[in-house]
Amino acid sequence: MTFDLIGPIAYASFFLVLALVNALVCLGLNVQWGQTGLFNVGVVGFVAIGAYASALLTTPPSQGRLGGFALPILVGWLAAMVASGAVSAFVGAVTLRLRADYLAITTFGVAVVVQLVALNAQGLTGGAFGVAFIPRPFDSLASTPALYDLANLALIAIVVVVVYVALERLARSPWGRVLRAIREDERAAMALGKNPVRYRLQAFALGGALMGLAGAIGAHFIGFIAPENYTSSLTFQVWAMLIVGGSGNNLGAIIGAGLVWALWSASGLIIADLVPASFEARAAALRIIAIGVLLATMIVVRPRGLIGEKAMVSRHLDKE
Amino acid sequence: MKPIRKEPPTGVRPALSAKSLVKRFGGVAAVDDVTIDVGYGEVVGLIGPNGAGKTTLFDLIAGELKPTSGRIWLDGAAVESAPADSRLAHGLGRTFQIPRPFPGMTLIENVMLGAQGQSGERIWPNWIAPRQVAREERACRDKAMDLLAFVKLDRLAREPARILSGGERKLLELARALMAEPMLLLLDEPAAGVNPSLLEVILERIVEINRRGPAVLVIEHNMDVIVRLCVRVFVMAAGKLLCEGKPEAVVRDPRVIEAYLGGASA
Repeated sequence: MTFDLIGPIAYASFFLVLALVNALVCLGLNVQWGQTGLFNVGVVGFVAIGAYASALLTTPPSQGRLGGFALPILVGWLAAMVASGAVSAFVGAVTLRLRADYLAITTFGVAVVVQLVALNAQGLTGGAFGVAFIPRPFDSLASTPALYDLANLALIAIVVVVVYVALERLARSPWGRVLRAIREDERAAMALGKNPVRYRLQAFALGGALMGLAGAIGAHFIGFIAPENYTSSLTFQVWAMLIVGGSGNNLGAIIGAGLVWALWSASGLIIADLVPASFEARAAALRIIAIGVLLATMIVVRPRGLIGEKAMVSRHLDKE
Repeated sequence: MKPIRKEPPTGVRPALSAKSLVKRFGGVAAVDDVTIDVGYGEVVGLIGPNGAGKTTLFDLIAGELKPTSGRIWLDGAAVESAPADSRLAHGLGRTFQIPRPFPGMTLIENVMLGAQGQSGERIWPNWIAPRQVAREERACRDKAMDLLAFVKLDRLAREPARILSGGERKLLELARALMAEPMLLLLDEPAAGVNPSLLEVILERIVEINRRGPAVLVIEHNMDVIVRLCVRVFVMAAGKLLCEGKPEAVVRDPRVIEAYLGGASA
């Protein structure tokens, strides 16, 4: 490797790690919205819960803040899934019996509450200063940024592949079949003994757990989290990713995440290049606009996304 | 003709028994103090003019509506407050007046969805016990194929249900309901809007189903169908049970004629 390649490689892996973190969130949203039709507009709240849960468990003890149990990273990741999954299950249990609108209102509220708690519960979350010294996987490689980023990229790529395979199995399983049946005709599904609330709850909790995992992985990669990382613009981005990639399609969710994240990053670089430093903060709004334009174009030109939902048949039926 | 029965029959526990069912929508009693029963293996008809409350009564038995008052037993278990998706566990299968297939799914999948107790319908077995899930799926698929053949739709097994005609949809619903092996089948107008040749198939299949075990409670306007299928019919009008008896006798009952024709009182 020649010296001048290291910079681009490091940047590319850094970019890809964050793209894959987003892909993981997007896969979670696809289980909720794409497969089940659950309108979660508080995605960022569940990501933040995972990030903070893992951070509190794995950071070294620190003064003036609860937590800091210095547990292994893997424990943090699992706890993040459990925490976000449990909060999702609770939110689902109290709203899924009601009309769909209530889930949207409630999830939005959850996201706001989580952010406010992160900002104000100083003894738990570090308040506005956030949580630092979150242990990073492969930290021993940190002195060689390119290597550190590549190792992390490999790790998260494995996680995304595992999650993708697991979700594809589910989508093509009898469980996925019941989910589709409930979406197509809830009354008929109930007459066949399927409990719609139970299935929706499962899908919502599963999606929430994946968002929590993504939050934790992102937090451990950067090593630092603060409330301002978890604003609703993240929810907006993830929705754009899913719609652009193709709602209902797991591969589409991953590709959409890559594309929208690329647009987000590229527009950031271009703005930094073209706009004088004194206007940069205001020009940042152009990045949201860029995604909005992409989203609007997609909805007009290809409403089902780049790869739309496929007609799914149980994988046990596909084989012959 | 027997008088209207006010009490559920004693002695043999019936497949279905409903006592003093009332369903009010605002001030209107769509079902007003109805008591009926269906014995194991019986085919019983439910007739009455439009708006008599037949489908509302079905929806009460199937759990889609909660009765204002009254009780329902399936196989001896009180179910009047149990939700619709739990009634199949008590042996109750149903079809709808306007068929409700899952239009985007293939016929074979539609029927497979009727299967009960599939471990693959829970999340974890798909990850930790895929072999068991695959084994159950194969058995489920074979049984669903047999049922599709039973209703003469097997050649369309891999087609989406949306391509079916109205009559074929009724047959598909029949196969789907049978997949769950119900003890009692509620059929809501299985013959309505079906062409004569397909109607023959549907009637034959209902007789054959009943021969294999399940009791059937059928709503139907076509009296030929009722006479051919049922040993006993209940007649409803304006939410109330008018009378009960053999089909041939019931159609000559003056109260029934009046309810249908709205003529002078008998």
